[in-house]
Formats: sequence, structure tokens, C-alpha cells
Amino acid sequence: MIHPNSATATAETSAVAVAPATRPARRSRGLRRKLELTLLLSPALLLFIGFVLLPIGIAAYDGLYHWTGFGPLSGFAGLHNYRVALSDPVFQHALLHNVLIAVLSIVIQLPISIGVALLLNRRIRGRSLLRLLVFAPYVLSQAITAVMWALLLQPGGFVDEVMKAVGLGGLVQLWLANLHIVLYTMFLVLTWQFIGFGIILLLAGLQGIPAELNEAAALDGASAWETTRRITLPLLGPTIRILMFLSIVGSLQVFDVVWIMTGGGPANASSTMATYLVNRGFQSYEFGYGSAVAVIMFVICFAFALVYQRFVLRRDTRGALTRAVG
Amino acid sequence: MTATLEAPTVQPSPTGRPGRRKISAVTPFTYLVALLIVGITVVPLLFVIVDGFRSNAQINTSPTGLPHPWVWHNYSSLLTSSAFWQPLGNSALIAVIATALVVGLGSMAAFALSRYSFKGREAIYLLFAVGLLFPINAASLPLYVLLQKIGLLDNLLGVALPEAAFQLPITIVILRPFMRAISGEIEDAAVVDGASRFRFFWRILLPLSRPALATVSVLAFVVSWNTYLLPLLVFTSQQHFTLPLAVATFQTQYAQDTAKILAFTALSMVPALGCFVLAERHLVGGFSGAVKG
Repeated sequence: MIHPNSATATAETSAVAVAPATRPARRSRGLRRKLELTLLLSPALLLFIGFVLLPIGIAAYDGLYHWTGFGPLSGFAGLHNYRVALSDPVFQHALLHNVLIAVLSIVIQLPISIGVALLLNRRIRGRSLLRLLVFAPYVLSQAITAVMWALLLQPGGFVDEVMKAVGLGGLVQLWLANLHIVLYTMFLVLTWQFIGFGIILLLAGLQGIPAELNEAAALDGASAWETTRRITLPLLGPTIRILMFLSIVGSLQVFDVVWIMTGGGPANASSTMATYLVNRGFQSYEFGYGSAVAVIMFVICFAFALVYQRFVLRRDTRGALTRAVG
Repeated sequence: MTATLEAPTVQPSPTGRPGRRKISAVTPFTYLVALLIVGITVVPLLFVIVDGFRSNAQINTSPTGLPHPWVWHNYSSLLTSSAFWQPLGNSALIAVIATALVVGLGSMAAFALSRYSFKGREAIYLLFAVGLLFPINAASLPLYVLLQKIGLLDNLLGVALPEAAFQLPITIVILRPFMRAISGEIEDAAVVDGASRFRFFWRILLPLSRPALATVSVLAFVVSWNTYLLPLLVFTSQQHFTLPLAVATFQTQYAQDTAKILAFTALSMVPALGCFVLAERHLVGGFSGAVKG
């Protein structure tokens, strides 16, 4: 936390020297406070309610109609849209793909990030450059990442040629056209872009672990593996749990990379909830239906976040939101 | 990934930091992994940049070769046309508007929520904090409908306003505890000196909050700079396209001209990577600070 010590204050005492307030003065001060608060809070509240809460309310309402997006709302449908979406195998598959990406990022991406973070936390030459490089893909727009990888993964393109050159030519696939491969290709591209974020986060967590603990354990004869397992990893727990949370929430929302590289294809093999939403809502002008899908997607994310907060982050979040900086 | 398994047994030594010097056994492995990381991260980026200096014929003959001869045309033709500069300007303008809005309104709200006590304060804070869980992608379609109703489609503000709104929660969540931690004595002293609360806010609180303001500004700018879905839906005329949108569109428009797509993609990376190298500390600190528990 900060210790503001720039001496802007000239008064010696912190006691506020205010004359005993008479009643009218107090009332006018109360009014003034109210006015100040209104001036300070209402712009942010208006923006937030207008562009965050209102659209979600609109979607919940529009989702009850068969609506094409043109003219006034028409064709009340009740919960029909919601039922259709939830029982549409294409939507179910899209959701399944989101879940699969989430699972892969926990099972594959997370252990790798932890390993690399532990490695980069050691004193090796060029460590700060390594950190810079690891984080670099994260700052690129997903759209740029997607275009770049689409070019790299072209049949007979750079990746294929490199694999042939190192004797892995037999493993070359139609990365973006093979129904059984394409989703994993998407996962690899997402990993390339986002793993650096996890590593940096874990490194920040590692810095918070006092070196004395490891040294004490070492003095007691603990092996490096034991130290890592019994001291480092448990102390890294809060960071890991936050990272898992962000990974899963991110996985549920995947859109840009998939949309640009495959459009969710071929044959919906790489579709996600968001590509399904854009496909149906905008490409087919089913705005009522699209709104229902948006609400479902929103509820899934929200429900996950609440459950995770309640059961996993319970211990960590005491003040997590309020300790964000410092 | 198995690096930790093979870490050396740390042995206590009477002099200084134990075990540090015994790393040598593992060092080659460590550097191998480091090299692998560098390769995986950097090679794709280099490929895009270097292949932008080749002609399509060169790329088609050998996808992995080096430029021979170096072709400047791809880059020079883009740098002398509006195809690159216009989306760059749009992205910058939208990001600046969104950032200014969210930092301005966010710091005002955070001031009220941190240094006033009033009924309903925690409820309002909670309302903002819950907004952290609202994904902008899920809201894209309803946002489109809303923007259509208020006539902001195909308008820069139609992207900047929602971006600012969705960035408000994290901004307030970061700023409030920071402003709260600033000692009350400073405020009292300012009041004694006859400063109004607004004056205190403007002349004392904001300058003292500079580190946190830098963090939220960088966050807001980067998020806006990289957003793809919202501009994709809101903009129909190409003159409004932001950089991510322009890159993706360029790829489909010039599908035959791989070299030019590569050059365009490479150029589009420059602003983000350049700023990143310059402001790495703020960025990394900002991102990890923003989510750190």
C-alpha cells in the first residue's frame, strides 16, 4: 500500500477545526454533500446501467420473441427460444467445445505455466528478457494472432515445412480442415497467446513467497521436490485458483480466434457459444433467438463465477477485490 | 513441465544462500526449456515480419526460406496508403475516448465510494463489482440492438461507450481501495486550509493515486485496442474499422496476396509490441495487480 508522504498538508493537527455547526448550516451542508455525491456517482452509474445492465435486460426480454431484428418486437414465443437453444445439438456441441477448452487449459496449460514460472523464478541469465518474450503474445490482439496462425498453418505452409524438416512430416495434418483436429488447433493457438499471462501471474505470486521458508525447509533436509510440493505450491494456491478462474471464464467466451480462423467450422467442429450466437443472431437474423442464446451464455458464465467464488475462492477472496493493487 | 522434479537437492551450506551454487547440474536443462520458450514465442512473430519482405513467388516456392532478394514493396505500399493508417487512427481514437471516459468517471465514482460515507455505498460498490462477471462477448448482440435503437451503429462512440462501460467495474475495484488507503489526515489538513472536497479530489487525491490511475488507464487502453467482436458488429463502413477488424478483413480481401497480408499483420503488431516494450512494467504490474488475490 502507499504511504503518501508528499507534504501537501501544512496544518499541524488533524483535528478539524470546525465551528460548532448551527442547525441550518448543518442542513445546507447535508444538501451540499448529497449534491456532491450525485455529481460524482451519477455519470459512472448512468454509463454502467445504460451499456452493461440495460442490454442484458433487453436481451432477457427480446429472448421471449421470434424477432428478426427489423421493426418492432413481434411474435411472442414465451420460453420457446430458450428451449430450442438448449435442445439444439449444435448449441450443445458449441458448449461442449467451450468446456473442453476449459478442461484442456486446466489440465495442460496450467501445469506447463507452473513449471515455466518455477523455472523463470530461478536466477538464470537473461531472465528479464525471457519474461518480456513470454508475455509478448498476450498484448497482441486476438485478431492478429488468428491471422498470423492461419497463415502459418496453411497446408504446405510454414508449420508443415518445419515439421517435415525435423522429421515429423508424418504428423502433418490439415490443421484447420480436419474435423477431429481443428478444436485442438484452436486450443494450441489460444495457448500460444494466453500462457504468458498465466506465467507472469504465477511469477508475481512466487515473488510473494519469502525465500526464508524454502531455505528453512532445505535446512531441515527437504528435497527440492518436497519444498516445491509442500511449501511453494500451497502458498501459490491463491494465485493458481484465480488463474483457473480466469482461464475458465475466458474459455467460456472464446470467439475472436475461432471466428477468424475457421468461423466455427468445418461443420461446426470448432464452434463455441459465442460463434453460435453470432452465427444465428447476425448471419441468420434471428435476433429474438440470438438474445435467448446470449442470456443462456451469460447465465452459464455468471453461475460458474458464483459457484467458483462460493466454493473455491472462498478463503482467498476475503478482500481480494479490495486488495487489487499494492 | 517436469522441471521442478529435477531441481537439485538443496544442501545447507554455512556460507550465504544455500544451494544456489549447486544449480549447475540442472542448468543445461533450464536453458533448453528457456530456448524452447523463446523459439515458440518468437519464431511465429519473426516469420510474419520476415516473410513480409518476400514476394509471393518466393513464399510459394519455399515457405521457410529467407528473403532473397529483400522486397520492400509490401511494406512501402501499405505505409503510403490509408489501408494501415486509417484503422490505426480509429483504434487510437476509440481507445483514447474509452480510456478517458472510464478513468474520468471511474475515479469520480471511486472517490465518492471511498471517501464519503453514506447509506447504500456498499450496495453501489457491489453493483459495480458484480459487473466484473459480465462478459462483453455475451452482451454483444443485445448491445447491438441497443445501439441500433439509439442510433449509434457505425459510429465510433458506439464502440467507445460500451467499452468504457464494461471497463468501469475493474477500474473502480482497483481505484477504491487505493484512494481509501490515503491518510485521512491529509484530507483534514486540506479542509483546514479551506480546500473544498472537489479541490482536495483534484489537487491532492488524484495526483497521489497516480500509480493506480496508470494501471487502470493501461488496462482500459489495451482492452479497447484489442477488442474485435464489438467493432465487427457495430461498424459497417470500412472507414471506421479498427486495426484488429482491418487485419481480419484484409486477410479475406487479399486472400491471393499472402505477402501483403503478412506485411499488414506485421505492421499491426508494431504499436502493441512497441508500447509493450516501453511500458512493460506498468503493463505486467497492471495485469497481475488487477487480478492478484
